[in-house]
Amino acid sequence: MESKKSTLQFSRRNFLRTSALAGGGMLIGFNLLTACKPGVKPPVDISKLNFNDFNAFIKISDEGYVTIFSPNPEIGQGVKTSMPMIIAEELDVSWDKVNVAQGILDQKNYQRQVAGGSQSIRFGWDALRQTGATAKQMLVNAAAVKWGVDASTCTASEGVITNANGDTLGYGDVVKEAAGLEVPENVPLKELKDYKIIGQDIRNVDIDKIRTGKPLFGLDYKAEGMVYASVMRPPAFGKNLVNFDDTAAKAVNGVIDVVKFGDKIAVLGKNTWAAMKGKKVLKAQWKDDGKLESTSDHDKELLKILNGNKFDIRREDGNVKRVFAQADKVIERTFESPFLPHNCMEPMNFYANVTAEKVHLVGPIQTPAWTASRVSKLLGRKPEEIHLEMTRMGGGFGRRLYGDFALEAAEISNLSKKPVKVVFSREDDMAAGIYRPAIKYRIAASMKGGKITGYHLKEAAINGNMYGLIPNFFPAGCIPNYKVSTGNYKSKMTTGAWRAPYTNFLAFAEQSFFNELAQELGKDHPQLLIELLQNVKGTTDKRIEYSGQRMEDTIRLVVEKSNWGKAPSGTYQGFAAYYSHNTHVAEVADVEMKDGYPIVKKVTVAVDCGIVVNPLGAKNQVEGGVIDGIGHAMYGNFTFKNGEPEAKNFDRYRLIRMQETPQVDVHFVQNDKSPTGLGEPGLPPAGGAVANAIQAATGKRLLNQPFIQELDKKANTILG
Amino acid sequence: MPNYTLKVNGKSVTVNADPDTPLLWVLRDELDMVGTKFGCGIAQCGACTVHLGEDAIRSCSLPIGNIGNEPITTIEGLSKDGSHPVQEAWKEIDVPQCGYCQAGQMMTASAFLKQNPNPSKEEIREAMHGNICRCASYNRIEKAVQLAAQKS
Repeated sequence: MESKKSTLQFSRRNFLRTSALAGGGMLIGFNLLTACKPGVKPPVDISKLNFNDFNAFIKISDEGYVTIFSPNPEIGQGVKTSMPMIIAEELDVSWDKVNVAQGILDQKNYQRQVAGGSQSIRFGWDALRQTGATAKQMLVNAAAVKWGVDASTCTASEGVITNANGDTLGYGDVVKEAAGLEVPENVPLKELKDYKIIGQDIRNVDIDKIRTGKPLFGLDYKAEGMVYASVMRPPAFGKNLVNFDDTAAKAVNGVIDVVKFGDKIAVLGKNTWAAMKGKKVLKAQWKDDGKLESTSDHDKELLKILNGNKFDIRREDGNVKRVFAQADKVIERTFESPFLPHNCMEPMNFYANVTAEKVHLVGPIQTPAWTASRVSKLLGRKPEEIHLEMTRMGGGFGRRLYGDFALEAAEISNLSKKPVKVVFSREDDMAAGIYRPAIKYRIAASMKGGKITGYHLKEAAINGNMYGLIPNFFPAGCIPNYKVSTGNYKSKMTTGAWRAPYTNFLAFAEQSFFNELAQELGKDHPQLLIELLQNVKGTTDKRIEYSGQRMEDTIRLVVEKSNWGKAPSGTYQGFAAYYSHNTHVAEVADVEMKDGYPIVKKVTVAVDCGIVVNPLGAKNQVEGGVIDGIGHAMYGNFTFKNGEPEAKNFDRYRLIRMQETPQVDVHFVQNDKSPTGLGEPGLPPAGGAVANAIQAATGKRLLNQPFIQELDKKANTILG
Repeated sequence: MPNYTLKVNGKSVTVNADPDTPLLWVLRDELDMVGTKFGCGIAQCGACTVHLGEDAIRSCSLPIGNIGNEPITTIEGLSKDGSHPVQEAWKEIDVPQCGYCQAGQMMTASAFLKQNPNPSKEEIREAMHGNICRCASYNRIEKAVQLAAQKS
């Protein structure tokens, strides 16, 4: 079992004493006691306790209260709660004595401070457990020295160390001595059966701040003398600035300055409204840099790629061409998706104060280290002069991987010599996006003698193609003749990662296609997948990313929990299963017809993410991922005309809302495997499950997203 | 710029601002009450919801010059200590993911429950339809409003 692993590979540098965390300044007064027990007043004021630095992750007060620094950025995926839970488990303290604070960017002491790819928990699992276990061993060793006994005769639990005579010392009693001891190696880790915190429902550590409106997010951050910047950027992709007139902008009450940088102009105001108003009356002239792109151009170019023969071969097993020629039947379908903006509810923003001494950056960012290094290069400053603090993020979904907004803040502060907060309006946020690119897939499969003999997936995407692991996802290894070909079109539109990159649409295309294949073969969709998965079990192909057994178990669980195939009359079910981000997920959507149109009533989900660290938070992630996936599959559409987005706010861009939301019922496969992330994997199968249920209900096979454009227009107005 | 005297969370405050300044930015930038969030600026997403009198309104689209004497309640003033049934329910259900939209959700929910203390599931879904949550914590919002109604 994995939890028996010890600390062999763990870097000892995590235990270096760190002055960066000295001083109670990081303890911002939040107390978990109130979060865990509604109505109960904390017995102590944590902010007044004397905390001793133990290492970069842990502070322990004389009274035994523990502050755990959560190293990774929190975008709503729950790691600010779950990562400290893992440390607290091995440190063996009671969770109601734990106080969680956000760690700063500290590349000496923390590894991989990134929120992306659902990897925080997966990569943190060993290091966080070893951090907690090693700290506990040091506390035990210190107590043993104090008592003059052998450490092996002492035990520790819930913050109390006990020796063979029954004497006890609290962690707080020995923390100073412990911090001075040598760091032990090969410290044993707990076994799954001994967990007291991992596996419990623990509430979001920021819940009290969130529900009482305390400052928490980047947009809430304020500093002495700070001014607000509203930035005018080129109005369309492919336009450059010619000149501008800031007379009217400067006449607006509260506007302090107007600063040009590159093709952008920042209006600085003493408050956000003054800056925004100033920008509205700023006059600028732009020129086209070549032909401006529209969605219709992208559609033509991507279809041209699919119809052509210029592809990169990403994986090829057997001989697809031959089995297609020998088949009883070949089915081929083309699936199309639009661009999508991220639309984090907190618009992009960042604070920068560039002074002769240092560059101070504060805000919501998924990639603090990369962003700090880019700011260092941009301003020609030494890396050690960049001090970056992460705030909680009002959503990320990939958009806050790209620190463009932080670079803007740094540049404006550098030019204006002022502490500056750049604030995007919603229109700025949607029009200056780093979008999910439009992608089209063409999938073909051959059948012979009731079996699938060949499978060929072609991808035509904008600005890049599926990342390297995806060609080794299902059905690679399940179908003997298998091929993935990709081609791409270079566009001026800025594109990037969007929650579950590529698979957010690919999963829908693939699982809709398998649904059709199952119908063609006269088989049940989950049963067809289970049959195919037998072929990958025991594979020696190291490239295969997923587990046939774990996927089968996940499918069987959703079949059981969803009453698959036994739905009452009037309920139509659709199935989809997908592995991504190291997690196996299967979903069943229940659709009912209302006034002749399909309504998604319920989605049953089975997830194998290994050990579930925090079931309460984990379910929230999956519920959200499924509904977000349905929302974007159903409504998400982002089009360009002459380089300019046709929707720039929520009046013309539709996100899913309460009355369109199904009930989501989440079940976890129970096992003792190392945990994997959940920010993304719940999303990809959702669109496919819904499309397959709609097909069952209406007979209509949906091939393109958003679905709403393929359904009758009246479906727009039907709510569940 | 004229002076405006507002009643915010039971206190009288005077603000110097242009009459077209939305209440949202007065709260956030002038009064340092950042619990009310900016989401869209055009009354479409509900992140900026506050109470004007007993009504839930979108503070991003209410100019300070149009407010008059109506008292304003924000998330900071919904209760003294987070003990409003809606705030308690949000905690018990553990609603938030990123948490950014939740102040607006709670302000919509609390005004709605005052008007309709025993709502049906359908009425809750209709009442909360105007508030967007990109994390899609909608299932828990729905449950929390139900729970808050039981607690009230």
